[in-house]
Amino acid sequence: MKSIIEDLNKAFENKVRLGVMSILVVNEFKDFNSLKELLQVTDGNLSSHIKSLEKLEYVDVEKKFVDRKPRTEYRVTEQGRLAFKKHIAAIEKLLK
Amino acid sequence: MENAKEKYIEDLKVIRSMMDRSGRFISLSGMAGVIAGCIALLTSYLAYDLVYEGRDYFSYRQFSATSTEMLLLLILGSSAILSALGAGYWLTTRKAKRNGQSVWGSESKQFMASFFPALITGGLLVLILLVKGFLGLIAPLCLLFYGLALVNASKYTLKETRGLGVIEIILGLLGIYFIGYGLAFWALGFGLAHIGYGIYMHLKYDA
Repeated sequence: MKSIIEDLNKAFENKVRLGVMSILVVNEFKDFNSLKELLQVTDGNLSSHIKSLEKLEYVDVEKKFVDRKPRTEYRVTEQGRLAFKKHIAAIEKLLK
Repeated sequence: MENAKEKYIEDLKVIRSMMDRSGRFISLSGMAGVIAGCIALLTSYLAYDLVYEGRDYFSYRQFSATSTEMLLLLILGSSAILSALGAGYWLTTRKAKRNGQSVWGSESKQFMASFFPALITGGLLVLILLVKGFLGLIAPLCLLFYGLALVNASKYTLKETRGLGVIEIILGLLGIYFIGYGLAFWALGFGLAHIGYGIYMHLKYDA
């Protein structure tokens, strides 16, 4: 029992962070506005959660200009993908 | 403990729905398929009437169109496509709103970018054949290219579209083999297959 709880990742307790990770593991990348639209959250809320994922090095940020407009793209890092996989596996074990 | 379990069941739901919604355009409407199918059946009936009117229905049919007939067929075909697309767009917008998905979001753009190349190629080919007078190939080639477009785009939308695409491809090939019965295969593929698929999708996702 103990090891399961250890595997559960605190970073993914929050629904917005969980959502961001779920989206990024199945897509090559997503920009800020697509994430916002999918998750139905405010700018401030989303960016603070992304920042905490960035700090953990689960998410990579790339700022680009497309048609002279700034666009921020997010990708999941290898580390983030592993952590997320572990988290899901722990949930599944817990629910068994 | 039970509370925690419920929270994680909820979490798994979030994960699943986000993975689904973000990678695929899931708002294609089943009803739109039914309407497109009905339009196709009506169109093929009108086209049949136009093409074979006053001709013997049971003897070998060879059809060469006059230019007015060609023009009428062209108008008939394009108005069918436009009204089917219009109805599809309207119903899909409504469904997208319910799903919290945007009709012009990155998911639908991915879908369209993989759907339209084959479709437009097929459309242009059909126009060229029409101008050159190879009328018999037109109906089966419509089916063939539409099927290829669907199969290609199915990875970015509801997975059942792949099955529909394969059916259209098979009907297209049969239509080329049994040349002369193109319109019948066209009615099967665009009419009945759409209606069947639409009802199935409507019951599965919308009802």
